[in-house]
Amino acid sequence: MMAETGLAALWLAAALSLLQLVLGAMALRPSPAADGEAEALSRAIRPVAVAQALLVGLAFLLLIQLFLRTDLSVELVAANSHSLKPWLYKFAGAWGNHEGSMLLWVSVLALAGAAVALFERRLPERTLIATLAAQAAIGLGFYVFLLFASNPFRRLDPPPVEGNGLNPLLQDPGLAFHPPTLYFGYVGVSIGFSFAVGALVTRNVGPAFARAMRPWILGAWIFLTLGITAGSYWAYYELGWGGWWFWDPVENASLMPWLATTALLHSVTVLATRDSLRAWTVMLAVVAFSMSMVGTFLVRSGILTSVHAFAVDPRRGAFILVLLALYIGGALALFGARVGTVKEGTTFEPVSREGALVLNNLLLTVLLGLVLIGTLYPLATEAMGVKVSVGPPYFNAVAGPVALALVVAMAVGPVLRWRRDRLKEAARRLAIPLAVTALALVLVLALAPRLSVLELLGLVLASGVGVASLAPLWGRNLRRTPLFTWGMVVSHFGIAVSLAGMASNAAFTQERLVAARPGETLMVGPYAIRFDSVQPVVGPNWTAIEGQLTARRGSHDPFVLRPQSRAFFTPPTETSEAAIATRFDGQLYTVIGKSDAAGRWQLRLWWKPFVTLIWLGGAMVAFGGFLALIGRVRRARRARDREEAWA
Amino acid sequence: MKPKNQRLTLLVLAIAAVLGAVLLAMSALKDQAAYFYTPGDVAREGLPQGRAVRIGGMVREDSIRRAADGVTIRFTVADETARTIEVRYRGIVPDLFKEKSGVVAEGRFQPDGLFVADEILAKHDENYKPPELDPRKGEHRSKSLT
Repeated sequence: MMAETGLAALWLAAALSLLQLVLGAMALRPSPAADGEAEALSRAIRPVAVAQALLVGLAFLLLIQLFLRTDLSVELVAANSHSLKPWLYKFAGAWGNHEGSMLLWVSVLALAGAAVALFERRLPERTLIATLAAQAAIGLGFYVFLLFASNPFRRLDPPPVEGNGLNPLLQDPGLAFHPPTLYFGYVGVSIGFSFAVGALVTRNVGPAFARAMRPWILGAWIFLTLGITAGSYWAYYELGWGGWWFWDPVENASLMPWLATTALLHSVTVLATRDSLRAWTVMLAVVAFSMSMVGTFLVRSGILTSVHAFAVDPRRGAFILVLLALYIGGALALFGARVGTVKEGTTFEPVSREGALVLNNLLLTVLLGLVLIGTLYPLATEAMGVKVSVGPPYFNAVAGPVALALVVAMAVGPVLRWRRDRLKEAARRLAIPLAVTALALVLVLALAPRLSVLELLGLVLASGVGVASLAPLWGRNLRRTPLFTWGMVVSHFGIAVSLAGMASNAAFTQERLVAARPGETLMVGPYAIRFDSVQPVVGPNWTAIEGQLTARRGSHDPFVLRPQSRAFFTPPTETSEAAIATRFDGQLYTVIGKSDAAGRWQLRLWWKPFVTLIWLGGAMVAFGGFLALIGRVRRARRARDREEAWA
Repeated sequence: MKPKNQRLTLLVLAIAAVLGAVLLAMSALKDQAAYFYTPGDVAREGLPQGRAVRIGGMVREDSIRRAADGVTIRFTVADETARTIEVRYRGIVPDLFKEKSGVVAEGRFQPDGLFVADEILAKHDENYKPPELDPRKGEHRSKSLT
């Protein structure tokens, strides 16, 4: 019954999203027969959006319950779960497969629509209706996709005795956190898109629209940042390669919406504060959602094979491609038709806060273009019969310099005044960061003369930009500084922290790969590591070979690391579980490999100085976004209270 | 500046940025994209020199040799043609890497024809056969130290 109820709830939700779209379209008709009618229609649209979210949420909860009970009569559960799987992975396994993850996708989409319906007060009524209608149109496409091409509730008759199990690489607590976070980000970007469509349809692009849109963009951006950071750390410790970013297409699929949303976040600020960049901001909202659709297509279509790509059904890929073309094409056509009605905003001088933000947007766009082309190029050549892979050599060479330029712009922008400023005065405001940069350059050149250009620039700029990002706080009463200014400072500082971690990891990592017998001692970085022993261990659904390593650093107390090489039963797969020790100044990362006839075991050891700063910085960037969001929402509420007090 | 002119300037800048990105990407891809070769391709087209490439084929039976250091291996990659490729790799190989099974390796050819791999990608699929040689289906990789 449970699966049937879930399917019914999904059908009902789909029907409601159609109703939401129709209601919106009717309410917005150019010449409504009677004003009263339009008003009645628009009053109905909010409850419909909320009911739709409740129904699809119910369907999703039922799917989770089916997974928790390991109901093998449901095809999806039988194909992806196993009764012996630990509880957490039964729960998170509900979205560790194609159908479940698409259901999570629409659930988040409907939830976001309901949140707009419930909490958005600043948008004019007509624009809000258009926004909800646009959101319903996106949802409808994905309901059709779920119901006709990816039904998660399909029954299996007769049910198998046991399920196939979950990809062991996914059997990690990260699965409970990373996909939902990233989806909140991906799908949250759709709100920005729906706002843009709504504003275009009702010819309402201006500062008020930007102020209403900003918190939603911020929210999506925070989730994207967290999701990417968590995904990076997960890949780092789970894959056992010691790397934190592989320029894998699925990683790029999450990076591209982030780049576009970051650009949008900055241009929306210009529009809200100074009423410039109107058409540009709307365009970016469309681009940002396009990138999250491209990401969904890359990851979910099955044209790439990775832990993320569960579907290997070409029909599904074609379906998502059609949806992508429909939404993006539709939005671009609407943009083309209406961009003429968007009035020019106010002007500014090139040297100004606006100018710096335009530079930020241009650099982010370039970066986005480089990543997008590098990601799609192998697919394009393969369609022509030439097999090519594009990896770190390309991405590091082209994206690295642009990213560093972006970081410099980030240091300068916040100290510039709106509208018009003078470079000489800006330079005076940046005297201390410039001095720090020069000092860092001398220090790094003296202490580590053999670095590559990118590593050197990364280290030097991280220190200079870190100091510069604090500049907006200088000379201010810190207790009266608005929360959103704090948010910007924390986020920008987080970028510098992350950059420092990346550069330090690239420049100073030490690595040892050896075949060793128990009893041998190996040196890596500041550590002497004794290889004590190897023993078999047993887990709930795996067995493993576990190495015991005792690490000692100078006169500090020794500690034990236990890297494992695991063999899972269902599906039969081997994975390596790295053992990682975190210290304030870096991580010791150990992996055990295979044994040979002479009784030696392959050991791979890394000392990675300050590598943790990469993810700490990412978390700071997201936290800064959170502070800014609170600050904006609080100020909006205060303004509304004041208005009501006057009324 | 008039609002209209400013908008035009911004539009030109945006187009220049996108075009710049495309040109930069295309010129970088010409040097940095790794093409895919089977032993047969090498026999036909000669050794691709001076750039990173991917090779793919089956690991020939009884060809895996381990060097004295315990972490360097050599093996032979073959396909249905007479040409084979000798591969050297230093690192921990993925679990699915074994003889008579498919493999894809990324690295560079030495002038003498030896392929020095810095990444090995083994196939998930146990029933893997050379005609369906697809470098991106179900790979498991591991990176080399060098």
